[in-house]
Amino acid sequence: MKGIITRRNFLRSSAVAGSGLILAGCDQFDFLGQRDNGVRKVMEQANVLTYQVQRRLVGAQALAREYSPSEIRQGQRPNGSTDPTTPEYMFLRQQNFANYKLTVKGMVEREVSLSLDELRNMPARSQITRHDCVEGWSCIAKWTGTQLGPILDMAGVKSTARFCVYHCYDNIQKTLAGDILYYTSSDLIDAYHPQTILSYGLNDQVLPVANGAPIRLRIERALGYKQPKYLHTIELVDDLSPFGLGKGGYWEDTGYDWYGGI
Amino acid sequence: MTAISEGNVTASGQTASKGPLIYRQSIWTRVTHWIWAICLFFLLLTGLQIFNAHPALYIGQQSGFEFKNSILEIGAFNSDIGPRGRTTIFGQSFDTTGVLGVSGTADRPSFTAFPGAVTIPSYRDLGTGRVVHFFFGWIFVATLFIWFLASFINGHIRRDILPGPKDIKGVPRDVVDHATLRFKHSRTYGPLQKLAYFAVFFVLFPLIIATGLTMSPGMNAAAPWMLDLFGGRQTARTIHFITMLLLVTFFIVHIIMVVAAGPFNELRSMITGWYRASPGTPRVKGDKP
Repeated sequence: MKGIITRRNFLRSSAVAGSGLILAGCDQFDFLGQRDNGVRKVMEQANVLTYQVQRRLVGAQALAREYSPSEIRQGQRPNGSTDPTTPEYMFLRQQNFANYKLTVKGMVEREVSLSLDELRNMPARSQITRHDCVEGWSCIAKWTGTQLGPILDMAGVKSTARFCVYHCYDNIQKTLAGDILYYTSSDLIDAYHPQTILSYGLNDQVLPVANGAPIRLRIERALGYKQPKYLHTIELVDDLSPFGLGKGGYWEDTGYDWYGGI
Repeated sequence: MTAISEGNVTASGQTASKGPLIYRQSIWTRVTHWIWAICLFFLLLTGLQIFNAHPALYIGQQSGFEFKNSILEIGAFNSDIGPRGRTTIFGQSFDTTGVLGVSGTADRPSFTAFPGAVTIPSYRDLGTGRVVHFFFGWIFVATLFIWFLASFINGHIRRDILPGPKDIKGVPRDVVDHATLRFKHSRTYGPLQKLAYFAVFFVLFPLIIATGLTMSPGMNAAAPWMLDLFGGRQTARTIHFITMLLLVTFFIVHIIMVVAAGPFNELRSMITGWYRASPGTPRVKGDKP
């Protein structure tokens, strides 16, 4: 009779369905990991879409959530570089960053160079925010620093500039060809965001080396890899391709999304 | 679909043991179904890749490194007999060597939470996992939007998805039918089917999208209320994971039901739209013998 399931039919059908599941657990999709693969390039356009949609959805000034002091229940977990070994950095560190200078250059009216004291004497902003690592964990901490926007205005950003490239001291990766230095970049909306600060304080202490001393940028509406540590130069550009592998940052060059807001 | 009316009953020469062939699944249902099948496959396997980057789940806004708020941790530890995999759920630890934490062969062990057989790519590559996850995430959302629109217009939601009082009353009877593998193949879905699909379309799919968005720092600035709705960023991540488990459970039951109810008929209806109803199903205009 039709519609009645015999045990043999059931077992036969189950075997067919089951073999399909086993086929799934293979490595035939590993080609998606190749950076120059055509299919991957198409899929990467989803990140461009995410960026454009969020830029339309999220107001330029909309703030990341700030938390209450009671939410600070632990130290800020350091990640990535925690102890840079480039000679330039070790020399600065030895002198307690007395000779540190932050430089704003590139497509600006005038290059600006500020010492740590000058930065500390500018209007300060403290914010208790949540740091979201791309790996999936989060940590709440208090960051103190001065807003980047007014410093960009001091330098006078040219109307043709589109991005800020953030150059750092740390050798995040050491290769036979030499050290690879950390860098990342953002659009000008993130650079001018009120919570985007050049932070020199963490949880009411001087920013520790493990967390990016002397200056760490905070772009609070983005993931952790958009919060460059050991920052020394901000370069205004209209094109990201001349830097690193051309993707706009160290982690971006290894395949992470440039925007980093998701 | 045409309403059932006695006047449309066609006299056919078919034997009574064979029900009519009815057009049950619209093109919208069929196309979105298969797009979702592909999306959920890639979303699951890339999702496990992303999870492997930090294989722990927490409750609240942040991960507790100096305090305890984790509900799940998958990791590896060294023992006298070599590396072992350990999974801790609500403080209870289980040895999961070979499956979770440590997998692969004894001479070439793989130290990932979920083994490479269930991740895309098979090796550790968070960047690629995210690229593929978000690509299919967008397609998944777009498909759901199209499905809602089409199914609202063509009556699929009202007819097959929203459970009515009659369906609720019919649940015990349907449970017995399912338990005894007696399936009624009718024009509309049965009570348990309606409840299952209602849960998927109106609860699980919206929930997994919303909790996914709640993990985005950009979206948090646009809609901070979502953080409160789901009890924090890390709770949203945990709910996202649990919803995934429920969808995997649905998938397994779904496949079992397809096999049990007659895979040929079920697959045909999801490919061509035509479904062989049970004998005795009243015929209407448009049915095939």
